[in-house]
Amino acid sequence: MKKRGQAFSFSFVVMFLLAVVLAGCGSNNAANNSAANATEAPATGNAAAATEPAASAEPAAEAPKVAFVYIGPPGDGGYTYQHDQGRLYMEQELGIKADFVENVPESADAERIITELAQSHDIVFATSFGYMDFTLNVAQKFPNVKFLHASGYKTAENMGTYFGKNYQASYLSGIAAGKMTTKNHLGYVGAFPISEVIYNLNAFTLGAQSVNPDIKVDVVWTNTWYDPATERQAAISLLDKGADVLLAYQDSPATLEAAKERGAFAGGNDSDMSKYAPDNYLTNPVWNWGPYYVKAVKSVMDGTWKSEQYSGDMADGMVALAPFGNKVPEDVRQLVEDAKAKIISGDLNVFTGPISDNQGNVVVQEGQTLTLEEVLSMNWLAKGVEGTIPK
Amino acid sequence: MDFTTQLLIAAISAGTPLLLATLGGILNERAGIIQLGAEGLMLMGAVTTCIVYIRSGSLLLALLATLAVTALLGIIHSFLTVTLRANQTMSGLAMTLFGSGLSAYLGKSISGLPLPGTSPKLDLGWVKSIPVIGDIFGRLDVLTWFSLLLVAALHLLIHHTSWGLHLKAVGDNPATADVMGIRVQMIRYSYVTAGAALIGLAGADMVLAYAPTWNEGLTAGRGWIAVGLVIFARWNPLRALFCAYFFGALDSLGFRIQLLGSAIPPYFLKMIPYIVTILVLMYLGYRNRNKPSGTPESLGTPYIREQRF
Repeated sequence: MKKRGQAFSFSFVVMFLLAVVLAGCGSNNAANNSAANATEAPATGNAAAATEPAASAEPAAEAPKVAFVYIGPPGDGGYTYQHDQGRLYMEQELGIKADFVENVPESADAERIITELAQSHDIVFATSFGYMDFTLNVAQKFPNVKFLHASGYKTAENMGTYFGKNYQASYLSGIAAGKMTTKNHLGYVGAFPISEVIYNLNAFTLGAQSVNPDIKVDVVWTNTWYDPATERQAAISLLDKGADVLLAYQDSPATLEAAKERGAFAGGNDSDMSKYAPDNYLTNPVWNWGPYYVKAVKSVMDGTWKSEQYSGDMADGMVALAPFGNKVPEDVRQLVEDAKAKIISGDLNVFTGPISDNQGNVVVQEGQTLTLEEVLSMNWLAKGVEGTIPK
Repeated sequence: MDFTTQLLIAAISAGTPLLLATLGGILNERAGIIQLGAEGLMLMGAVTTCIVYIRSGSLLLALLATLAVTALLGIIHSFLTVTLRANQTMSGLAMTLFGSGLSAYLGKSISGLPLPGTSPKLDLGWVKSIPVIGDIFGRLDVLTWFSLLLVAALHLLIHHTSWGLHLKAVGDNPATADVMGIRVQMIRYSYVTAGAALIGLAGADMVLAYAPTWNEGLTAGRGWIAVGLVIFARWNPLRALFCAYFFGALDSLGFRIQLLGSAIPPYFLKMIPYIVTILVLMYLGYRNRNKPSGTPESLGTPYIREQRF
């Protein structure tokens, strides 16, 4: 028995070593982000940054310490990737170094991490919807720190929100889809039946109907932001039902891959996904956060920052459309470009009536336009959408 | 194509990684070693495939590297559990944590890059002309065919060869096997290593067939489903085929029910695979209540020669 005991203790040592290696990988990341070590975090980037802007701007404008909280890894090629590109752009434009923490779950962990960041930073960008309440809690404890929360609706004296009208780009994607379909049948892979996805789905449908009134759009809800296997099943079930152009409000290119296998067209979300299947790629809305991050940090630096609900759009560039896939013909591109110009100039508003929902009720009267608040709380599906919003 | 055929095709596509991982788990557990590291091994398999395929451009090289890396992890698992007689549950969990952490770290260099290709499809012209069967089997990819052949091969191996007899002896009663002159440790090492490599291949299939790019945590829990399917299939490769496709079909059935315009909330549809699994387990448990469970008798118990328990 003694020998066995030894073997066990030895094996636990080995497992402990495994755990250390694992933790090493983890802390490697954390060291890159340098947010886990709140004490050493701001030291590096700051010394250089403090001198640079201070020389050019007023002496009062000391470079603020900026931190980002990400829901996924910067390499997700989607939502977090775009935020990280925005961070890099901001760093370059303002010559300051920001910290970030990746893979922060939308749970009590988020509150702990945001609290840690608030202790050593002046501005905290919380980039996912689920951080809303946690950010608000922390904001109340740290009145001198500015908090900016993406896609939420709760604000405080020192907490603002920011997001963009990505439905404008969904509408344009819809125009392209409406021209590309040969069966007048589109499919939409929706992540969650929440208003953010719903207004993008409706905008996509309205865009398609603007060039092709007979269009119908089938929708399925996957209840996940990122799960390639599930997204693929959702896409295939739409293709099986007869849809020949798909758009996926999801983070992985699984829908595009499924469309490629069937020779259909598809687009994704958040970032340019053309590289995964250039010949089957349509286009899709993309985020461009950089200019906003520059603006927000600048306004804190010169003391003009105030809490607001910032909503970017195609005109200020926060929302953009990814480049078209190879097989999208010139006339379709032109049609989309024309509509884009009208959206930017303000001549075209996506949610201007008459619009009916798929139950036959008129939800926007002729000549009326939905306010931003009405859009953000949308809970109906436009006429032509086949599906329901689960209650 | 009718609804059933489409569902079958979707079931095969959703079930193939599960099938590969389940077969790997069966090999492990038939030899008496619990395999809870499937999730980590699948992630390591996926990340290796991505890195090598993107860097070298050769699918064959990528698959070989995947087999090598996950086999190495299998050797670590067997070293811990067979030679050091560590707790198999702990070692498996460590493998899962280790694999998820390491794959995330290694994957940083290539995340977001597209793979140069996907797993090649076998276009079988003469099969395609057969109705229904042609629709299903006319254009399967290489890994799917491999998994189907593997089911047959493992069935023959386990139930119709003396090697299979040795394997079962080692899993059921290693002391007796040892007395018979079977090299227990060697057999356990080999099957745990081969099983781990198969689970790694399941991870490779997920990136090659679903979304051709690396992304952290892309298995989204499918390793754990495979761990369950091993038990569901009662350590039998033929049943594993049925169970994996059954699970795959249920997985895609939810979306099809959504598209029929039913009023059932998708939250419930997403539970279908799990609810049905529980129901089937209850039914099988009831039907087989007086039969042997199929569990390798010494599963989870390390073997030490001449030790009395």
